[in-house]
Amino acid sequence: MFSLSRKDLVALVVFAAVVLTMPIWLAPLGASYPGLMQKFAIYAIFAIGFNILFGLTGYLSFGHAAFIGVGSYTTVWSFKLLTMDIVPAMIFAVITTGVFALVIGYFSLRRTGIYFSILTLAFAQMCYSLAYSVLTPITNGETGLLLARDDPRYLDAMFGAQANIAGLPQPTFLGSSVTGYTGFYLCAAILIVAFYVSQKIFASPFGMALRGIKSNQTRMNYTGFNTKPYMLAAFVISGMFAGLAGALLSITDPLAGAERMKWTESGNVVLMTILGGVGTLFGPVIGAWLIKYFENIFSAINTNMLNNFFSFLPDGLQNVVVTVLSKFVGEGWHLTLGLMFVLIVVFLPGGLVEGFHRLMARLKRRKGTPDGVTSVQPAE
Amino acid sequence: MAIFKPNRRSLLKGAGAGIAALGTPYIFTKGAWAQDFCNDPTNGKIVLGFNVPQTGSYAEEGLEQLKGYELAVKHINGEGDGGLLKTLKPVALKGNGVLGRKVEYVTGDTQTNTDAARDGARRMIERDKAIMVTGSVTSGEAIAQQSLCQEMGVIYMSGLTHSNDTTGKDKRRYGFRHFFNAYQSGVAIAPFLAKEYGTDRRAYHLTADYTWGWTQEESIKNATEALGWETVATVRTPLGLGDYSQYLTPVLNSGADVLILNHYGHDMVNSLPQAVQFGLRERQANGKNFEIVVPMFSELMAVGAGEAVKGIIGTSNWQWSLDDEGTKAFTKSYGEAYGEPPSQSAHTGYVQTILYADAVERAGTFYPPEVIKALEGFEFDGMGNGHTVYRDSDHQCFKEVLVVRGNENPSSRFDVLNVIGKTTREDVTYEASIFGGELGPYEPNKC
Repeated sequence: MFSLSRKDLVALVVFAAVVLTMPIWLAPLGASYPGLMQKFAIYAIFAIGFNILFGLTGYLSFGHAAFIGVGSYTTVWSFKLLTMDIVPAMIFAVITTGVFALVIGYFSLRRTGIYFSILTLAFAQMCYSLAYSVLTPITNGETGLLLARDDPRYLDAMFGAQANIAGLPQPTFLGSSVTGYTGFYLCAAILIVAFYVSQKIFASPFGMALRGIKSNQTRMNYTGFNTKPYMLAAFVISGMFAGLAGALLSITDPLAGAERMKWTESGNVVLMTILGGVGTLFGPVIGAWLIKYFENIFSAINTNMLNNFFSFLPDGLQNVVVTVLSKFVGEGWHLTLGLMFVLIVVFLPGGLVEGFHRLMARLKRRKGTPDGVTSVQPAE
Repeated sequence: MAIFKPNRRSLLKGAGAGIAALGTPYIFTKGAWAQDFCNDPTNGKIVLGFNVPQTGSYAEEGLEQLKGYELAVKHINGEGDGGLLKTLKPVALKGNGVLGRKVEYVTGDTQTNTDAARDGARRMIERDKAIMVTGSVTSGEAIAQQSLCQEMGVIYMSGLTHSNDTTGKDKRRYGFRHFFNAYQSGVAIAPFLAKEYGTDRRAYHLTADYTWGWTQEESIKNATEALGWETVATVRTPLGLGDYSQYLTPVLNSGADVLILNHYGHDMVNSLPQAVQFGLRERQANGKNFEIVVPMFSELMAVGAGEAVKGIIGTSNWQWSLDDEGTKAFTKSYGEAYGEPPSQSAHTGYVQTILYADAVERAGTFYPPEVIKALEGFEFDGMGNGHTVYRDSDHQCFKEVLVVRGNENPSSRFDVLNVIGKTTREDVTYEASIFGGELGPYEPNKC
């Protein structure tokens, strides 16, 4: 049951190599520091999970951020009440999010298309305002849920762990701390497993049924196929992936804030998936990395850095170049991202993965191997 | 589909081993980070991290703050006219950088979002090797960054944050606040409310429904009830609401004669003009003129609210039209650099940076525990707020709090607030223990 087709196995190995060598190939891009690489891995998990729902069934959920939030809060509460070990925290986070997804999915999946999207959005906004103000005793509202030194941590207290620590306790994995690069490799390992799970789902009869729902749900129903449980299962799995991502966010940085559940975050994961390529294995991951890169690196470039970078140009030209470019970096990073999004959706509706395939097809044609494949196949 | 041959399995095993082999070197390089303390700049550049909202609902105040930071770096490095380095007393900075070396800075966008704020702060600390991080426009951002910096062992100088929690229940050893807080607003504004509106009033609170709003509501409620006012109702409004009419209608028949708006930023810019359009200020209730109070004010909000702000009483951390030496010097150099008077957001950012640099100069080292000790209990003057002390027990600055009133006849676009009084430092000082919380240890974590 753990086997993969040859193509998938190659994909998995390539993927694992790319993820684990991040500290090397991200260095020239100015992004190889643990904080951001952790985010790369975590948001890739989130996008992979989202793609199981959106990519396979075509149901566009606009409320996935709610699951990230639920996962984060559960994790921090597990840190506060039980133990600083991350394993129970992750298990609880995934279970709680699964239950949440079951409830939200049960109601939302009674409708399709735009109504489904609106319902999920409504549920997510409800969760957000609950977390932001109503449930403040549980979520600590705007400030976010933080660890404190005098949290009970019943399990830790029972085993006498973390007893003699001066500052705030840190999340641990079987006794060793998970900050910095260790945290990144933990997230990377989980990302590779998540990628593998998504490969298995894509290749399974279950995945085939979900694709059937996407192409024509009515026909599926007429052939005597009950689509409801399949949809709900896909929704719950996808929610659990998001919960896992939320748990990892809180593990690498023990804080849970309500902003994680805002609709803009739900929108972000949709952007990630579309940017990379809906329904492809690699697409959502690439999209997630691209958006996180823009958000963290482009937004930090200021005119000073631009001036240094273009100092080789003559003075007048340098000023012109810096003035024009400064509109697209720093506070203008949304503008660059928006432009890129528009270009990709207009010219590459299948996302960056489609662009890659077109490029490959062109190269193949130039080599002079007319093997008759003219239509572009999305990678699956 | 389920193809399972031994050679595949061995391939899988090999792949696993390869991955592990690739991964190991980086796990060991982690130790290479270890140094005496996080981002020791002795052999590298001195980098300060300015993390403010440049997009999102508080972007305007964030960008103002950033201008203040950039000006502070110029003055520390001896460029420009020196600004407040000339008026700060006692001063250790010589205008040749910090400990004789020039200071550099990196910037980040918090997007008015605590997660993005922490991402930005981590980038500054992990990639750019920042020795100090500063900046915030909401208390959520400030508290999130402050706790992160405590974990990383890097000092955090908060920007604009008014919630009691920042130096109360969520205070940290590595976090410092120059800005005033909601409790001080309440104490400062009460005597002026009594003088202007009497001691027999019935107040109706509209409060932004999040931590800051609640702490302010509580503080103002306590202060006004001590005057003898009665609180008719406290109603929470969701953050970011555009139309307040459903909340303003009940005020008319509630029997209240004062409306207190615990709103900030866009919320206040929307709610105050709507309250005025409702005709609240022309109303008579209980035989008195109906009044509106906005306990926490900023110039940017006053400009945003336009005509409606005229005559409204509130409090402020600092105001460019004050006439002490520090304020004059700062307004002059900021005006020369950016062509407009500075806001309190720019001021607090500027002052925090100077105070940090000065503390390093006095401590003679960047080692955080020494710098923290240099800041704790530091008494200074000439930064535009009169005689000020950085209290050691909660890292809150104690200084005069300004009571301001919307200008009836503004002479320019920036002349929107009049200072009608100052509440002395002694009056706004409180016991640090009333908010609880714990500062934590001095010893830095190695990041």
